Amino acid sequence: MVELQGIPVSPGVAIGPALVLDADGYRISRTLIAAEKADEEYARLRSAVNAVAEKIESNRLETAAVAGDETGDIFAAQLQMLNDPRLHGELRRRIKTELHAADYAVNRVLRNYAIALRRLENAMLAERAEDVTDIEKQLLQQLGAFDEQPLSDLTEPVVLLSHNLSPSETANLDRRYVQGFCTEVGGSGGHTAIVAKGLELPAVVGVGTFLDSVPSGTRVIVDGDRGKLIVDPDESTLASYQQRIEQSQTLTAQLAELRDLPAETADGTRIRLSANIEFPHETASCLERGADGVGLYRTEFLYLASTEEPSEEDHYEAYSQVVSEMNGRPVVIRTLDLGADKMGHRPLAEQEYNPFLGLRSIRLSLRNLDLFRPQLRAILRAATHGDIRVMFPLITTIGELRQAKMLLKVVARDLKDEGIPHRADIPVGMMVEVPAAVVMLEHFVKEVDFLSIGTNDLAQYTLAVDRSNEYVADLYQSSDPAVLRLIQRCVEVADDWARPLAVCGEMSSIPGRALLLVGLGVRNLSVPPLALSRIKKAIRSVSIDECQQIAERVMTLDSARDVDVYLLDRLSVLVPELIVT
Amino acid sequence: MNKNLPTRTVTVRNPQGLHARPADLLVRMASSYQSSISIGRDGELVDCKSILSLLTLGAAQGTVLTVSADGSDADDALKAITELFEAGFDDTNEVPGKQPAVDG
Repeated sequence: MVELQGIPVSPGVAIGPALVLDADGYRISRTLIAAEKADEEYARLRSAVNAVAEKIESNRLETAAVAGDETGDIFAAQLQMLNDPRLHGELRRRIKTELHAADYAVNRVLRNYAIALRRLENAMLAERAEDVTDIEKQLLQQLGAFDEQPLSDLTEPVVLLSHNLSPSETANLDRRYVQGFCTEVGGSGGHTAIVAKGLELPAVVGVGTFLDSVPSGTRVIVDGDRGKLIVDPDESTLASYQQRIEQSQTLTAQLAELRDLPAETADGTRIRLSANIEFPHETASCLERGADGVGLYRTEFLYLASTEEPSEEDHYEAYSQVVSEMNGRPVVIRTLDLGADKMGHRPLAEQEYNPFLGLRSIRLSLRNLDLFRPQLRAILRAATHGDIRVMFPLITTIGELRQAKMLLKVVARDLKDEGIPHRADIPVGMMVEVPAAVVMLEHFVKEVDFLSIGTNDLAQYTLAVDRSNEYVADLYQSSDPAVLRLIQRCVEVADDWARPLAVCGEMSSIPGRALLLVGLGVRNLSVPPLALSRIKKAIRSVSIDECQQIAERVMTLDSARDVDVYLLDRLSVLVPELIVT
Repeated sequence: MNKNLPTRTVTVRNPQGLHARPADLLVRMASSYQSSISIGRDGELVDCKSILSLLTLGAAQGTVLTVSADGSDADDALKAITELFEAGFDDTNEVPGKQPAVDG
């Protein structure tokens, strides 16, 4: 038995045989061809190269048009790599002389180049290995060598072990068979983590190098509560984990009974408890757990989970589905939050030394109206099917808010002129996640219908910590007193102006912190569907006085650690059922 | 290698080294000449018309490279390449020559 420590990112326990993916998620076997087929095979490679070249060229033109020639040049370099005479000499030799199948030749030759690049000491040059791998993948795909989803043909339950999983790869996992996953790299609060939580898959990331020592088929345990990967567990460990799975199933069954009861405190203060979703199909688990609405619909996953850029119709269909299925309950759509660690299909900023301080989110949308406009049109159109509200992320200056609102008006006028059914009068809100917005909130609040605090980004920008950086991730705590003071201020301003205020960050899904938020005066919480029952249970177990006492005490403390210790202590007294042993 | 080939010495000046964009420009420049052109250091010479080979040189800022050319337009090619390095690849938006045709 070997026990490895990583970062827990999605709770729960998964036990099963390991499925180990190699670094790039696919494997090409050594295939040779008959000598008389060599010319044909080489022609097959050539037409794949031409097809990929066309794709890269159209990427280049599109990107250059939107983001300038400098950015488009990324693809110019990729095209140059694809057309490299040395590369073609080598591919030709392998196919025509050594009789390698085209996909095997591509795999070997490009992988060797990628390895050579990764070995370079210059980090920036080493990163070009990504371009080589990208070309390799595109060629292999064109040659039909592997499915886009290497995990699409599973027939048995597995626990996935991989070097890394992107948010879109995670989103495409077959949940009938994948029980949980564990990766070598990654940090807490990354978007893979958010997707894993959305899919309710136990997950541990950032374990460090271990793949080489675990053969596929070995029994493993992923402990998503404590961040552990246990390889080949002994009998007693296995038994105790199996017991934990049973206990948590019992608790889940108990919590399910809360479904039709309102989220209100023991003395009758009603809290609106909504859900954060990424995918339309998640409305099912929202309804199953009695959510009051969707408090945060993260639309960028339309981009990340598909291979093509979504059209206005794609947006419209997804939003219409969500709002129809939520059947009268409000749905708050957050506009594109791309950039930083979430990129779409086109790289929109070539090199940002500080992507979290760079062209992301609303800033990116306002600079790329061809991305933003279809989304806004789709939102207004889908609003004819139910209670849709729109919310702009990462608002930092009043100018950005006004610009976004203006664009919404322009789009509404266009729809009217075109005679397309829509609603122009939907509520407009902003996310409060930059300290500057908190400081200036009196000015923002007048121009919006509601506010929603994104505690993940607010904590990251307040504490100057990149939450996906494993070296400093421990400094990142939404319970830090500095963050709490900003939240307290938001509540005061929102109350003064009688604007609804929600908290939709991760913070509200941790029971102790949720009670603290209620004590601070927050009356709208939005949490991942998986957390709905727990948070409802916590709210229903306390009185509003008890929450206020918690808040009063917490606001005298001076460190996140003290806050968490105190909250855990209160929770163990007030809602002992929720304490994970 | 023929010792009599015209040869020049160039220095990588741009701060990020010979990364993707400069390498792309260099290949386009080299490919517009008929001569075969080699570039490298410490006896490790690679094809100047191959971007993958150029990148694997891992030439950071300050690296001194030797360029040699073999062919009818060798002197012109060396002159143009030397200028490209001296300009630090930054002011050269206009590069003669088109994308090289796919090998076939």
